[in-house]
Amino acid sequence: MSDAFDPAAPLTSSGNLRRRQLFSRLAMSGATAAAVAAVAVLVIVIYTVVARGASAINLDFIFKAAPAGVAPELIGTAIIVAMATAIAMPIGVLVALFVTEYAGRRATHLVKLTLDLINGLPSIIIGIFIFGLMVKGNKQSGIAGAVALAIIEVPLIARGTQEVLHLVPKNLREAADALGVARWRAMLTVVLPSAIGGILTATVLSVARAAGETAPLILVCSVFDPGSFSFNPFEAIPNVPVRIYGLSEEANPSGFTEAWGLSLLLISFILFASLGARALFARSKRKMSS
Amino acid sequence: MSVSTPALRDERAVRPGSRRKVADRYADRLLYAICLAAAILTGVTIVAVGYEVVHGALPAISKYGFGFLTSTIWLPNFGEFGAASLIFGTAVTSFFALLLGAPIAIAIGLFLSLLAPAGVRTIVSPLVELLAAIPSVILGFWGILVLAPFVQSNVEPFLHDNFGFLPIFGEPQTTGASVFTASLILTIMVIPIIASITRDLFTSVPRDLQDGASALGATRWEVVRGVVLPTTASGVVAASILGLGRALGEAIAVAQIIGAGSKINASLFETGDTLAARIANQMPGALTELHIASLYYLGVILLVIGLATNLLAQWIGRRFGYGGAVAR
Repeated sequence: MSDAFDPAAPLTSSGNLRRRQLFSRLAMSGATAAAVAAVAVLVIVIYTVVARGASAINLDFIFKAAPAGVAPELIGTAIIVAMATAIAMPIGVLVALFVTEYAGRRATHLVKLTLDLINGLPSIIIGIFIFGLMVKGNKQSGIAGAVALAIIEVPLIARGTQEVLHLVPKNLREAADALGVARWRAMLTVVLPSAIGGILTATVLSVARAAGETAPLILVCSVFDPGSFSFNPFEAIPNVPVRIYGLSEEANPSGFTEAWGLSLLLISFILFASLGARALFARSKRKMSS
Repeated sequence: MSVSTPALRDERAVRPGSRRKVADRYADRLLYAICLAAAILTGVTIVAVGYEVVHGALPAISKYGFGFLTSTIWLPNFGEFGAASLIFGTAVTSFFALLLGAPIAIAIGLFLSLLAPAGVRTIVSPLVELLAAIPSVILGFWGILVLAPFVQSNVEPFLHDNFGFLPIFGEPQTTGASVFTASLILTIMVIPIIASITRDLFTSVPRDLQDGASALGATRWEVVRGVVLPTTASGVVAASILGLGRALGEAIAVAQIIGAGSKINASLFETGDTLAARIANQMPGALTELHIASLYYLGVILLVIGLATNLLAQWIGRRFGYGGAVAR
């Protein structure tokens, strides 16, 4: 291409175009191969978990305590995540309301930056933060675990809510204003309800993320007895991720089976929650735009 | 407004100073105050995290100062602590995770935004994101029992035999727990993050520019090379830095698989350890005040690196345009 134009050059093809197209095709198949590889890794991981975990799962496994089953861990994780979500959801939604309804340019920028920073914090840092704040000099507790998970959930919920609040049609707000509805009432009865689908989506996604979060729980909620049903939130509560981690660190084949079973339960919950949230969001988006 | 609607019976709603109006005013302010409080709480949280982590590290900071960063000795039983080998391990694992992961992730972003037909896209796109949803503890567990043996018996000997002249591909060890395996797991973790951001970036490149290049006779690759990548370069860099931040801070999966070594080795096939993994490994069993404080000191280093990468990614994204998808 950089050669000077030569009017006497023969008009036969130089093979240059063929080479360029071949290269292009190679590059594009490389991109396709990369996508295939990523999906393959996902499939391999899930296949391994299913293949090795399925044999561990039976009724006793789900409904009994150790050594036969993992019921305390399942219930415990549900309790911790529920407490975390009960803390994080109101805060996340309120922050999103603040950003979309009240904040000026600067405040919006600042709050978004803060949320991004919290979201970018390594979860082990949140772990040692809560460890120093609530556990050191005290003892491990389910509440400490819930607060740690709540810190992880807030930015996810706030961001998701914020996005969907932007989608709420303007004329809904204007209609409320025109009817003389006070601002707080319009926000609570018009804006938030029409955004509820998106808020729930964000919440479910954050629950899926929190349910598998291990690093903070290892520090603040890990010394528990897997053999007993005790869910005092002021003491360490049994939970799934810490148990998987503990079992994976021991070189004990029967422990591995239990860990695969737990992994299967956890991963299926997370996959279904993520896919369900997606479907929910697609539906509420369709509803809002129609 | 009420003047024009004589049918409106409820006069309380319009008379100034009526109870309803006063209540509305208070409720408005209350809601504002609550929202503001929630927003301030997030700011307080990030400041409190910084304070608490530094505060916890103070005994170690006052004892070691910056020498902590260059000392390779970590002997809890003798009360000697230094972070150099952990900083090294963190840098090496994250570097190789990014070196492997970023090109693959960018290729996936290209595939999903420019190549794949709509049907394939709607299936593959969520699958790639699901990869990010797998909890790190499960990925780490899979890493120990499935990936590590495979890597140890196949990949490491292959690399050692063929590229053994490079010191990084040393003699394979007896278990697959190594810096190399940890890098592979981190690669799996950074790919979905970078891929989903770059996909959004590439989708946002104006169609006209691409069509213009095609009309001039550019092949598909030349469109990518000459139009798509240059217009999104800053965003791609920002996305990679975000991925890097994820790799730097991952504690659990790395702790499971890196083998908790305390030496600096040239070979990737030896064990090592990272800042985050060391905290996860030793904090639950740390007894002496100095040990705990030293682990907090590691946290300070990690926090500084983490915040720096995050801010850098945001700054690049905003400063050079096309930051929307990254900053969001």
